[in-house]
Amino acid sequence: MAFNITAAAPDPALLDLPWATPLADWPPDVVAALPRGISRHVVRFVKLSDRVLAVKEIAPRAAHHEYRMLRDLAALGVPSVTAVGVVSGRVDESGEPLDAALVTRHLQFSLPYRALFANQLVPDTASRLLDALVALLVRLHLAGFYWGDVSLSNTLFRRDASAFAAYLVDAETGELHPELTEGQRMYDLDLAQTNIIGELMDLEAGDRLDPGTDPLAVGEDLVTRYLALWDALTQEETVTDNAKWQVAARIAELNSLGFDVGELTMASDENGSALKIQPKVVEPGHHARRLARLTGLEVQENQARRLLNDLDAHRHDRGMTDESEEFAAHDWVANVFEPTIKAIPLDLRGKLEPAQIFHEVQEHRWFMSQTEGRYVPMDQAVQHYVDHVLRHRRDEASLIGVDTRTLPPVPDLPAG
Amino acid sequence: MATVTFDGATRIYPGATKPAVDKLDLSIADGEFLVLVGPSGCGKSTSLRMLAGLEEVNEGRIFIGDRDVTDVQPKDRDIAMVFQNYALYPHMTVADNMGFALKIAGLPKDQIRSRVEEAAKILDLEEYLTRKPKALSGGQRQRVAMGRAIVRQPRVFLMDEPLSNLDAKLRVSTRTQIASLQRRLDVTTVYVTHDQTEALTMGDRIAVLKDGLLQQVGTPLEQYDTPANVFVASFIGSPAMNIGTFPIVDGAAQVGDAKLPLTRTTLAAVTPDDDGKIVVGFRPESLDIVTEAAPGAIAVEVDIVEELGSDAFVYGRVPNLDPRASFTSDHVIVRADPRDVPAKGSVVRVTVRPGEQHIFSAATGLRLPA
Repeated sequence: MAFNITAAAPDPALLDLPWATPLADWPPDVVAALPRGISRHVVRFVKLSDRVLAVKEIAPRAAHHEYRMLRDLAALGVPSVTAVGVVSGRVDESGEPLDAALVTRHLQFSLPYRALFANQLVPDTASRLLDALVALLVRLHLAGFYWGDVSLSNTLFRRDASAFAAYLVDAETGELHPELTEGQRMYDLDLAQTNIIGELMDLEAGDRLDPGTDPLAVGEDLVTRYLALWDALTQEETVTDNAKWQVAARIAELNSLGFDVGELTMASDENGSALKIQPKVVEPGHHARRLARLTGLEVQENQARRLLNDLDAHRHDRGMTDESEEFAAHDWVANVFEPTIKAIPLDLRGKLEPAQIFHEVQEHRWFMSQTEGRYVPMDQAVQHYVDHVLRHRRDEASLIGVDTRTLPPVPDLPAG
Repeated sequence: MATVTFDGATRIYPGATKPAVDKLDLSIADGEFLVLVGPSGCGKSTSLRMLAGLEEVNEGRIFIGDRDVTDVQPKDRDIAMVFQNYALYPHMTVADNMGFALKIAGLPKDQIRSRVEEAAKILDLEEYLTRKPKALSGGQRQRVAMGRAIVRQPRVFLMDEPLSNLDAKLRVSTRTQIASLQRRLDVTTVYVTHDQTEALTMGDRIAVLKDGLLQQVGTPLEQYDTPANVFVASFIGSPAMNIGTFPIVDGAAQVGDAKLPLTRTTLAAVTPDDDGKIVVGFRPESLDIVTEAAPGAIAVEVDIVEELGSDAFVYGRVPNLDPRASFTSDHVIVRADPRDVPAKGSVVRVTVRPGEQHIFSAATGLRLPA
């Protein structure tokens, strides 16, 4: 097969990469050392046209399948890495064929779970990662995506206020269906449980896990949380009296979980005395969408929650409750959000996303106020945060220079 | 270990008008290696997923042993999907990598150890149990991953195109490895592939599917020797069988200038729907190149000769075909002696070895008695 690059928005610089060399042997001047998860395949990061790309060497069929899956997931709005293209028909210097390469864009400010555990033993990290993974898995299942290989390794995490947001990075075994069967969801959940317990046991064996964390308990917790969230989002509920209030309550509950209700079916039962309600289409990102509508800021769900709380407090403090919400939001962006971000020295802004910095400044200010027993003004909080926290943080825009890989990837092939 | 039974099992995808799997009846014996094979969209993967519990069964039932598992969750079916995921954990020993899933299942430690040791013995990994995966070769690591499925002691192994992402050379060696491992473990195995060579070399029996319908189930030799219909005849065997539709003239199939005699039994089975035609198939390896004088010899004009060392294959055309006659493929293929290959452009005469001719109905495509 002839050398071929399939790409949605091809970057000519892709041609400069050493495609005639097996990925494992790419020279250090091409490869960026970013943290990697455990992978069955050879994966390398490269810097290209000011972007960081991830290159994975796999069989052509699998590469094209995964490329299509990632593009479909992006079209569905599911958090996943962006597929850049597939390079196939590669041959080495002596004309021997090489596997295809799947190229994806490195997700800025994202961290693999091993890097999160390698940093510091923050208690509760496992639990917060779990929440993010459960939310991702439920979203994927709602969209009809069967993952087939759910694991922490196949996920990237971004800080999202005090929580994490999870992104799918490996869709090799994935399949998109109009709707999943219960068997597919339950099998995916079973795989997730097994893989996550395995990954945490591995961290435990490497002394990287908070001693208070029990992998088996985390695994069970995953199943419980998944089932609870799935039920909250999809369960049919019978309403007898005060139907209007109960429907509103169900919608409010879904909103508080971060979901908007796109479609809700309501049907009365045979004798007309009760009403059955069931959400049919639920869409995540309730707070993120509300914030974007009010301020134009595009941030993740929990960051949005945080910013909206601050916005509401601002509106109240300024006595703007009679003004329109939009007007108050405009005032908050101009007088609170932007000044806070502008107060961060330029050279430190690559450390975290702006919305994450704002969230952390707010937390910092709260802690300072607690400790000092006074109301700490914003400018002082920012300065203190910059000097005592941010300056010492690692640059997370693309975490170069730390390689958490401890094992060469398992090749796809058996010997002999 | 267990038998597996599909009893009229049907899967209709939501919104589809035709079933993806249509009333599948199939009994798999205890310890048997059964291969589901067919072209893409034939329903082989769907059948496997119905057995795994990933696809709903809209009609019919599925049994593992005597147990009706039709409505049982995947993880409660006592099955293992092999090769789905084999990432190994770098800080854990080989033994822990193999046995950790049993911890989740709550098995006592001594039982986990004995199962891991047993699996390691089968997989030739005994001496590596205390090592980390880093110290192993690629092949050993893959065996550790297999070990993870083996220690669970499932009643059935399911494999869905496990070799499809390997290159040709590795496919062959892994194929042999899987087949020999299955024989040693003696666990009922259902294996899906689109590759008929893989099916023939691995399966105790093969089930050929097309358009959601089971075409034939039998040993590799049965499928090769007595294909039940034109589809199976064309699908099984490589290079493929030469198949053509020919007019029946004076009780014989008219193939170019040659007349291939048909038996009275065959002729009696021909119906008016066949419109005076019959389908004849002969494998490239069932043909002998003969001298001009041989009766019933078919002329073949040689286009290309493919020499493989051990074999040579002649790709040619049959001249003077009746307007009502046609072959299913562009070329007629003849296996020839690699030390005595005909020249390009020459005409050779071939005869079908007695008993190696396949006859099918022109109307239904079903095999007719010889």
